[in-house]
This record gives sequence, C-alpha cells and structure tokens, in this order.
Amino acid sequence: MNPTLTLATTRRILTQLRHDPRTVVMLVVVPTLLMILLRYVFNSTLVFSHVAPALLGVFPFLIMFLIASITTLRERTTGTLERLMTLPIARLDLLFGYALAFGLIAIVQVAVAAAVALTWLGLDLAGSVVMLLVIAALDALLGMALGLFVSAFARTEFQAVQFMPVFVLPQILLCGLFVPRESMGWLLRWLSDVMPLSYAVEALNRVTMSSVIDAVILRNLVVVACCVLLALVLGAATLRRRTP
Amino acid sequence: MTAKLNKRRIKRMTNSALSVSGLRVRRGGRLVVRDVSFEVPRGAVTGLLGPSGCGKTTLMRAIVGVQIVEAGEVAVLGLPAGSPPLRRRIGYATQNPAIYADLTVTEALRYFATILRAPASDVDRVIAEVGLTENARQLIGSLSGGQHSRANLAVALLGKPELLVLDEPTVGLDPVLRDELWALFRRLAGSGATLLVSSHVMDEAARCDRLLLMREGVLLADDSPAVLRERTGTADLEQAFLHLVRTTEVPA
Repeated sequence: MNPTLTLATTRRILTQLRHDPRTVVMLVVVPTLLMILLRYVFNSTLVFSHVAPALLGVFPFLIMFLIASITTLRERTTGTLERLMTLPIARLDLLFGYALAFGLIAIVQVAVAAAVALTWLGLDLAGSVVMLLVIAALDALLGMALGLFVSAFARTEFQAVQFMPVFVLPQILLCGLFVPRESMGWLLRWLSDVMPLSYAVEALNRVTMSSVIDAVILRNLVVVACCVLLALVLGAATLRRRTP
Repeated sequence: MTAKLNKRRIKRMTNSALSVSGLRVRRGGRLVVRDVSFEVPRGAVTGLLGPSGCGKTTLMRAIVGVQIVEAGEVAVLGLPAGSPPLRRRIGYATQNPAIYADLTVTEALRYFATILRAPASDVDRVIAEVGLTENARQLIGSLSGGQHSRANLAVALLGKPELLVLDEPTVGLDPVLRDELWALFRRLAGSGATLLVSSHVMDEAARCDRLLLMREGVLLADDSPAVLRERTGTADLEQAFLHLVRTTEVPA
C-alpha cells in the first residue's frame, strides 16, 4: 500500500469522468430527480417522509453498483488491468483508489439529493444531516464494492448489467422499504438479515426519526462498513497477477 | 572440467537478460508453448517471429509474469519471472493498446509514470520518442490506430526499463513510422537496454541482432539473421523461415 498510488488512481478515475460530462451530470442529478418524482407520485409529505430516507441510501447504492461493475469490467476487457498487474502497484491501492473516487462522487450525489429533499420536498429530519450523509455515502461505497467484486464474474457488459437485478434488486425488495422487516416470514426475514442494505436502510430510518444516535445505528454502521471492507478484500482476491 | 562447464553456464545465465528453459504453457486445454528453451543476451534487439497464433504473445506474457505456466523456468534479469522487483525494470506493451481511451495522452502517461516512480519529465520524453508531441493533449480514444498503438508503446518506455517486451509494436504503421521506431529500438539497445520485439513480418527480422522463430508453440530457430540465412542456404529470411518450417516436424 502506498498513499501516493492510491491518490494517483483516484485522480485518474476522476479525470476519466471529467472527460465524460454527461455521466457526471447524470450522477449528480438523477437521484435528485427521482426523489422529486417520488414526492409528487405520493403527493403527500407524510408518505414521502416515510420512504425518502431509505431511498437516499438505495439510489446511490444502485447507481454505484452499476458504475463500478462496468468500469472494472472495462479495465479487464481493455487490458489496462493486466498492464497494471505488471507494474509496481498493489491491488489494494487500485481498489482503494476506486473506493475514494466513487466515495467522493457519492457524497456529492447524496448531498444534492438530501438538500433538495430536506428543503423543497419537505422531508423531516430529526437526527443530524452529517450522520445522514455518512450512512448514505457508506451505502454508495457498499454498492461500489459489491459492483467491483461481482464484475470479476462477468465476461461481457451484458452480463455485468444483469448482475444488477441479481445482486441489487433482492436487497432493495427485502430491506424494509416495501414491507416492514418484522412482518416478513422467517425465510425472508433471515434473507433480509444477511443482506447488508437492510442495515443501512434501518440506520437511515432511525436517523430520520430520532435525534439520538443509539447503539443500533452504530452497530448497523459497523455492519455496513465491514461488508464494504469484505467486498473490497474479496474484490482484491479476484484481481490476479497471473491469469490462464 | 564439469565444474568449469557449470561455471561457464552459470555465468552465461546471469549475463543473459532472459533465460527460458523447458517452458510449457497450456491455454484453453491446448498446449500453446511446448518445451521452449532459449537465452536472450543483454543489450541486444531480439526478434520473436512466427505466424499469428504460434504462441508469441503467450511466451511474452510468461516473461512479464502474468501467464500461469504449466512447467519450466523463466528467469528475467536474474530473477524468477513475476518477481515484484522486476515490475519496475520491465517495460511491456501488449499488441492491443492497453491504455485509457478516455484520458489525454499526457494524462494517461502521467498516471503510469507515477506508478513507476519515474520522474515527471519522463512523460514528455516518451511522448517525443514515439512522435506524439503534437497529440499530447488529445484524448487517446480520438487518435488514429497507429497513434493509439504508439501511445501504448510510450507507456512501456517510461522509467528507462532494462528489458522491453514489445508485442507487435509496429503493426499497422506506415513505413516511415516503422523505420523511426526501429531506429528508436536501436538507440535503446545502444544505451544498454534489452529488447524482445515480436512481429509476423519477416522484413523486420533483418533489423534484429538475434532471431527466435516460433511455429505452433515450438522454437524452430535461435540464431543471428546471418547464421540463419547461411544455415538454410537461402538469400532472405522469409525463405529461411519457410525452409525451417518444411524441414522441422512439429509434434502433434
């Protein structure tokens, strides 16, 4: 590990994005637009306040999963990953470089969406804004780390895109957004318990409802952070210096 | 007597930039490199020639240490291939450009230079060496095919590597550029670097100090161009290669 190389990788990824302004605009604006859409679909501040916190975590999770899996797949298929594997850079420098770049984008994305939701759309936040941003950014990192990891199992971009419904949608369906986790059958409840997004959404809901940062929030944050690290380490294991 | 011979052999091994013995590689169930052994002297340009699909790229991948090999030994600059210290001492350019198309030439090279801990001035130097100074601020994705592959070659030149492994670096280039690149390879060898350059065009073979001829994973010849012409009794290397192909039986 070498911080210079981690930061150089972050800068390289952000520079690549800078040359693609349309993607940058979509990254920053799309979650916010979806929040606005949702607010007027429900047409009630009360219902909106009920689902909005969860979605502040779900949208960046989904978008970062897609972006990360496509970008890493591109590194693999264009041969740049193999080139990096012949150079003096540690695999974790590469992965943490990615995590840092996408984490920064996620913070901007969530900050814009949260600002609009809290002011214009009338979302009521009892807890701290900073905590909300931290959890949502962690969600985005979770999506990114999972995307990095599963992209190792995709040979084509078609496959990579279809990993989204496989790895992301079940987490969204079972995270407590549609049905409270308490009312699920034992099997679904168990599945919900092993999915990291459930912990993130629970933490987001608690931060919105109460100003107290309780043990559950902290525990959930630790669970999500550990899942991010685990996915990154597993991701590092899929980057092989030698290939068949 | 034996001790003396052994001593000479060891000396030769450490003097070689590259020493490959009994290398066997299987890819997709097929044996693509079959018990290949050879040495590459330091400070020379060695050509790796053979038809497309004969195992040149796989052999090069084994040398830079990214290929899983079945058997055999590959020593690069006195170290086993793939050893971490070698990562700063080898420059490798793949045949298909492996460079970020959504960066400018300068931005991409600056990233690789940082990884190699090469001085910042190296970026402009290698851009000039491959003749891309006028395109330095252009996005790599918008370059022509030949410019794209020269940008890819420039990455391999960063940090003054002791061994350059270049896979078909001149493919698709016009004769003038090809000539310029070969002059560059000569200059690099003159300053002490070792070059292993693959090609499937025989007219490039004459520019090499030594030639490795490969066919279907087997090494057919390992000689200087002059010796090769003499041995096969042919006037040009294309004929020499054909002669070797016809007289050597490749195991099934």
